[in-house]
Amino acid sequence: MPMFFWAFVVGGLICVFGQLMFDIVKLTPAHTMSLLVVIGAVLDGFGLYEPLMDFAGAGATIPITSFGNSLVHGALQEAEQHGLVGVLTGMFEITSSGISAAVIFGFIGALIFKPKG
Amino acid sequence: MGDKKKQKMTPEQQQYQQLEQKHELKRPVVKNCIKAFLVGGLICTIGQAITYFYIYFFNFTEQTAGNPTVATMIFLSMLLTGFGVYDHIGQFAGAGSAVPVTGFGNSVISAAIEHRTEGFVLGVGGNMFKLAGSVILFGVFAAFVVALVKTLLIMMGVL
Repeated sequence: MPMFFWAFVVGGLICVFGQLMFDIVKLTPAHTMSLLVVIGAVLDGFGLYEPLMDFAGAGATIPITSFGNSLVHGALQEAEQHGLVGVLTGMFEITSSGISAAVIFGFIGALIFKPKG
Repeated sequence: MGDKKKQKMTPEQQQYQQLEQKHELKRPVVKNCIKAFLVGGLICTIGQAITYFYIYFFNFTEQTAGNPTVATMIFLSMLLTGFGVYDHIGQFAGAGSAVPVTGFGNSVISAAIEHRTEGFVLGVGGNMFKLAGSVILFGVFAAFVVALVKTLLIMMGVL
């Protein structure tokens, strides 16, 4: 049960950070999301994202920052085994589910649903 | 607005700028943040419930359960986007619905649905990653730089 609470709080706070980027810095959503992905990647580079995931669970894995985190994570995992080439081969190792789900469900969605308005 | 840009403008343009700033709607920052917090938090709580579902019923560990959770969330956002519900959530919640992966899924899926009238190859295929492409580009490039630097540091024995 505490996990649900921390997922709510941490996930909510990351969204508030995004909202502040919208409203105060006046970035577009695309800029904000790109920035958050880069932040996620850098945080994992310093080894800070994993403790957050242990602490907040889905509160850290569901926001887009975790996309950057898992890109770095996959690359580092492979790099441990294969050296520098692993940075390229391992990049999408963990993120593959997100990207392939987006592609597959996006296409299915386009097949089923008609545009509105 | 940089000072250089300001100097280039004619007096009329400067007046217009001042007029625009005076009439620009003040964004209700605090209210928006509370909405984003609640909706974003709720989406993450649902994600946590799905994570537990995969841990208990499909024998995933806490580390690996994130992957199917993300896929499931994107599937849900396909349904919500297709039925036109996600637009309403986005209007209400702002970043609260854009920052979680469901927002990423929504941007892919809404682009795919929107452009289907232009055909499946040029329309859907060509425009699917119109919005999400920048997230993937900067994510991958940042991850490449970070992983490269860290790998090199480990190889040189610094870390």
